[in-house]
Amino acid sequence: MDQSTSIWHKLRDSQLFWPLLALGLIMLFNLFFTPGFYDIEVKDGHLSGFLIDILNRGSMLMLMAIGMTMVIATGGVDLSVGAVVAISAATATVLINPALANQLISSEELIQDVTRTPLWLCIVAALAVSTLCGLWNGLLVSRARIQPMVATLVLMVAGRGIAQLITNGQIITVYYSPYFFIGNGYLLGIPFSLFITAIVLVLVWLLARGTAFGLFVESVGINARSSFFSGINEQNVKLIVYTICGFCAGVAGLIYSSNVKSADANNAGWGAELDAILAVVIGGTLMTGGRFSLLASVIGALVIQSISTTMYAVGVPAMAAMAIKGLIVLVVVLLYSEQTKSVLTNFVERVGAQS
Amino acid sequence: MTQRLKIDRKYVPVLTTIVVFALLYLYGAVLYKGMRQPQAFFNLLINNAFLLITSIGMTFVILTEGIDLSVGSMIALTSVASAALLEKVGLSPFIVLPLMLLMGIVFGGGMGAIIHFFKVQPFIVTLAGFFFFRGLCFFISLDAIPITDPFYRTLALTRIQIPFFERAFLSIGAVVSLIVLVVGMYVAHYTRFGRTVYAIGGNEQSARLMGLPVGRTKIAVYAISGFCSALAGIVFSISLLSGHGLYAQMVELDAIASVVIGGTLLSGGYGYVIGTFFGVLVTGLIQMLIQFNGELSSWWTRIAVGALTLIFIGVQSYFASRRQGRTLSGMETSFPDAAQTAAAAEDALTIDTS
Repeated sequence: MDQSTSIWHKLRDSQLFWPLLALGLIMLFNLFFTPGFYDIEVKDGHLSGFLIDILNRGSMLMLMAIGMTMVIATGGVDLSVGAVVAISAATATVLINPALANQLISSEELIQDVTRTPLWLCIVAALAVSTLCGLWNGLLVSRARIQPMVATLVLMVAGRGIAQLITNGQIITVYYSPYFFIGNGYLLGIPFSLFITAIVLVLVWLLARGTAFGLFVESVGINARSSFFSGINEQNVKLIVYTICGFCAGVAGLIYSSNVKSADANNAGWGAELDAILAVVIGGTLMTGGRFSLLASVIGALVIQSISTTMYAVGVPAMAAMAIKGLIVLVVVLLYSEQTKSVLTNFVERVGAQS
Repeated sequence: MTQRLKIDRKYVPVLTTIVVFALLYLYGAVLYKGMRQPQAFFNLLINNAFLLITSIGMTFVILTEGIDLSVGSMIALTSVASAALLEKVGLSPFIVLPLMLLMGIVFGGGMGAIIHFFKVQPFIVTLAGFFFFRGLCFFISLDAIPITDPFYRTLALTRIQIPFFERAFLSIGAVVSLIVLVVGMYVAHYTRFGRTVYAIGGNEQSARLMGLPVGRTKIAVYAISGFCSALAGIVFSISLLSGHGLYAQMVELDAIASVVIGGTLLSGGYGYVIGTFFGVLVTGLIQMLIQFNGELSSWWTRIAVGALTLIFIGVQSYFASRRQGRTLSGMETSFPDAAQTAAAAEDALTIDTS
């Protein structure tokens, strides 16, 4: 009896267990129902296949989930990441060719494979603008003491308007080929976006776990007031966390605009905030804050992306797939809820006692 | 003299909204001739009828310190489902209309039940609803379904003449929204249920200790929101005479913004249904002014609504901190969420012991 409960507890206590289980179930489903899901072939010197596709398309979601994890760990939420993705994409593409925001320009000038601003400057500017967006959210939450949901709602509502202000209401198409490398390129046969994601993950992980910052975040999430009394500057912890989230969304915006070779202020990152929050929830970080795991959130993002890709592979229309996603989320949330957990634990212990 | 002019502080946010609306309208009327017509004002009511109905449902939810993100999807689902039932199944509108309202109540109440029984945050449950309802639309139909039902057409084309104004009229939808407004005000301010809603928003733990039916009320509040958004969906599909899953995107944001601009606190327990009415009018008016201007693009609406929401939230937190500053120590003021944390901790304790 002791042994079975201890294994159960150990499994249940690992934050990676549930997301990995979910991922495993989806993969198992694909093994039987999606022909060719596990085929990986080498095409034009790089790997291709469903799995690579999941990783490549999932990189954007993974990045946003990384930023969102720490925000949620402080007991907050950032609803503006989708809008920040649009702002970042708009900034980078407008800088590549400012004329694109002007309808009066002739088409030969538009499709030239040149950039008006050095590429590094475009990237730095986009990241700076999105980090500023994060900083703004952080200021509203930590200094103005507005509820996180409401504070970030403001940027969620206004952000797409700002993005359209940047692009002058146009859908900007990029013709500058080096820019495509960010979201479409391959390094050593692996999508380049994965390397970017890995670098961001390592950097944020080093900040969170290499220093005491991660503990501060968890402490603030569990009880901001007692953290304050124990000498943690909870205002700055929140500020930093939202700023990081803005930065991550900015990187995701770059990958997105590079991948689709355009920036559409209305549709870039549409619904991304929801996916990012779901990834974190599936990763087992509680919406009330506290303990978090960056790796679990990344796996959570992969779960969401696998679900989407599986649906497309099976032939469910993209929009209809949302209903199934919603149901899955509901099931996951109910499984994680304290009520279900106590029922499950009681059940397992009772079964253990009988045997 | 000053004594007589003094207004009860609790009405300040609502009055601010009304003043903002009046000033904005005056500004518009000075600039644009078209806005001086009485019909311009009635158009505001007609165009925002569905938003008003949704926002009134949302007001009840926000008063209990909840949130309902699924309203936009519910509007789209109602429009698609009613169009499909009318056109493809061939049901009579007199069966379809009650069926849609029932669907709203069931889905809304279902979400409320999950929120209450599983103690999951309203935000995440209604987010799942947001996905689920919008996805369902596309299971019903991928394309827009036009509604040709004669009863719907009559409803859409009926103009209700306003007494004392020449050539001024309202649509059926606008009249329905005004009825919902009156009923909403009555329920919120003159019934036992309404007082329970305010009590839960003020402090759920205290409300429970007072023996108020917290669970029942919370579920009912989400059912009301579901009902209102289904009704809004009907009004919406009547005005467009079609149903599509892509309709009414971001309406949840507009509704929340309208409620906030109307002076209702997002932390629950404080606000007026009439404030929401003016909140909707202000958001509608911003859109109208930008349309009248003609040069500004429609995306300025979003920026303006966002900025206005921020200003009102700022005003709210200023008043909230002043209110708290009078009753609590300075430390509490800088930690508005501390009381909530304590309440949550108590909540957790009671669960453990039971």
